[in-house]
Amino acid sequence: MAAISREEVAHLARLSRLAVTEEELDTFAGQLDVILQAVAQVGEVAAADIPPTSHSVPLTNVLREDVVTPCLTPEEALSGAPDAEEQRFRVPRILDEDVAS
Amino acid sequence: MTTTLPAYDEVVARFEPVIGLETHVELGTNTKMFCGCPTDFGGAPNTRVCPVCLGLPGSLPVANKAAIEATIRIGLALNCSIAEWCRFARKNYFYPDMPKNFQISQYDEPLCVDGYLDVEVNGETVRIGIERVHLEEDTGKTLHVGGATGRIHGATESLVDYNRAGIPLVEIVTKPVTGTGALAPEVARAYVTELRDVIRSLGVSDVRMEEGSLRCDVNTSLNLPGEEWGTRTETKNVNSLRSVERAVRSEMIRQASVLDAGGRITQETRHFHEDTGDTTPGRSKETATDYRYFPEPDLVPLAPDPTWVAELKAALPELPRLHRRRLQEQWGLSDLDMQSVLNAGAVELIEATVAAGATPAAARKWWLGELSRRANEAGVELADVGATPSQVAELQSLVDAGKLNDKLARTVLEGVVGGEGTPTEIMTNRNLEVVSDTGALTAAVDEAIAANPDIADKVRGGKTAAAGALVGAVMKTTRGQADAKTVRELILERLGVQG
Repeated sequence: MAAISREEVAHLARLSRLAVTEEELDTFAGQLDVILQAVAQVGEVAAADIPPTSHSVPLTNVLREDVVTPCLTPEEALSGAPDAEEQRFRVPRILDEDVAS
Repeated sequence: MTTTLPAYDEVVARFEPVIGLETHVELGTNTKMFCGCPTDFGGAPNTRVCPVCLGLPGSLPVANKAAIEATIRIGLALNCSIAEWCRFARKNYFYPDMPKNFQISQYDEPLCVDGYLDVEVNGETVRIGIERVHLEEDTGKTLHVGGATGRIHGATESLVDYNRAGIPLVEIVTKPVTGTGALAPEVARAYVTELRDVIRSLGVSDVRMEEGSLRCDVNTSLNLPGEEWGTRTETKNVNSLRSVERAVRSEMIRQASVLDAGGRITQETRHFHEDTGDTTPGRSKETATDYRYFPEPDLVPLAPDPTWVAELKAALPELPRLHRRRLQEQWGLSDLDMQSVLNAGAVELIEATVAAGATPAAARKWWLGELSRRANEAGVELADVGATPSQVAELQSLVDAGKLNDKLARTVLEGVVGGEGTPTEIMTNRNLEVVSDTGALTAAVDEAIAANPDIADKVRGGKTAAAGALVGAVMKTTRGQADAKTVRELILERLGVQG
């Protein structure tokens, strides 16, 4: 049983705004399946008394004081942008999407 | 659709509403949530950005301590439990309002959980359950261009300003609110109002809906009595307190009309329109993005020190509800009178006016009378009517000193609202002071007596009530700038009658 289906790969590609061909779907589904199977093997070794790890360093509460630091200039900020207009990043229109909130 | 909508009374007679509110509050910290860029409103595009909030490779976020503290204080004020340990999460989506293709938020481990907020509606207390209070970052502002109207439909491209991206945003989610029946729209409004007042009293945000530092989404569903809750819709773009109430009401009516016609409610996002007061469908939830949340690896977990949390709790200010109750007692108002002060949005204004030296009665008179009337006429909030509490207190002190009578005070207030200056300046510049020069007043009185011998005789004969006509005559010659009581006394004295 595959760890990831061709349909799931197509779904992820759509979410990531990637144009993936039918042939690529087969290729990536196979490759991702190998990766996920390997991760699943690690999962089998983990016993019930081992909590999942999200952070590799045993730290909490790394915070900074609420003090303003220098910003980039708009020119610097936009220097890596493929396109800009009115000092704003210019991107293709996105429809049928909601902003996060 | 040309279906006739059912009347609201009919809707609530047959259906039971369930509402839920999601409120976003931009915190008033100096800097953004995960970097040191400033947060002030406005500013030229992309002048408040850095590698962290632009999501440039190699940059790492560090959480703002003041934002964590503010969120814990909001949680405590809403009677929540504060998590002993929690994490940030990545909410993954591809939309250019966030430059890094995800938003740092909290998912299954919010900072504050399980609280409540008591609100008053028509003298009744309604307890609104709070599901969670969590911390996330705000998004950038997208400008859609290329189309005819600048709206997203028809636009060919989007221009993005990331000044707002990364500003700390607190999301407060209620539990489903049931059993409010016909009052559901008012309960929703009362909740958002109270929440705004609580957050303002904490001093952690300016909570201005018109500037977007307080934003509200309203969930609404209808069900038949005894049956399971219906499918809910989420109404966005609700940008004023009044709209919160209107959005719930119009969505209840719309859903009832769909159900009456044998239809089903689609779980979807709807957009509220301020001008028409109704909602139109947005994205359907069935095709909702799968956000693939996972713990944010670049930020270590939060574990608020219980001692710190206890200190924050002990230092909470008096919350608005208790504060109002204390003021009501101090001002000696009945519940009904206090309610009208609340409805007018005048509590803080009256409080500040009293602090500036006016009596509670006088402060209330000006704010609920003349100034409320002007605010209504101009369609603005009372606080934005153009007069400040200290000006109102100054005006009243001029009345108390006998320099202005009621009519002149109104004229001066008109000048204050019109931006002509302080009450004293306006009184002096426009020569509105009460005529206190007894010589001038006596001359006016004698003139009035001479011009009205019949009335003067009546008064001499003991009909002191007739003196009113002479007072009127004197007020006319002094253009209203005399104190009516003084004039009356003077008339009786000149006619040799005891007052």
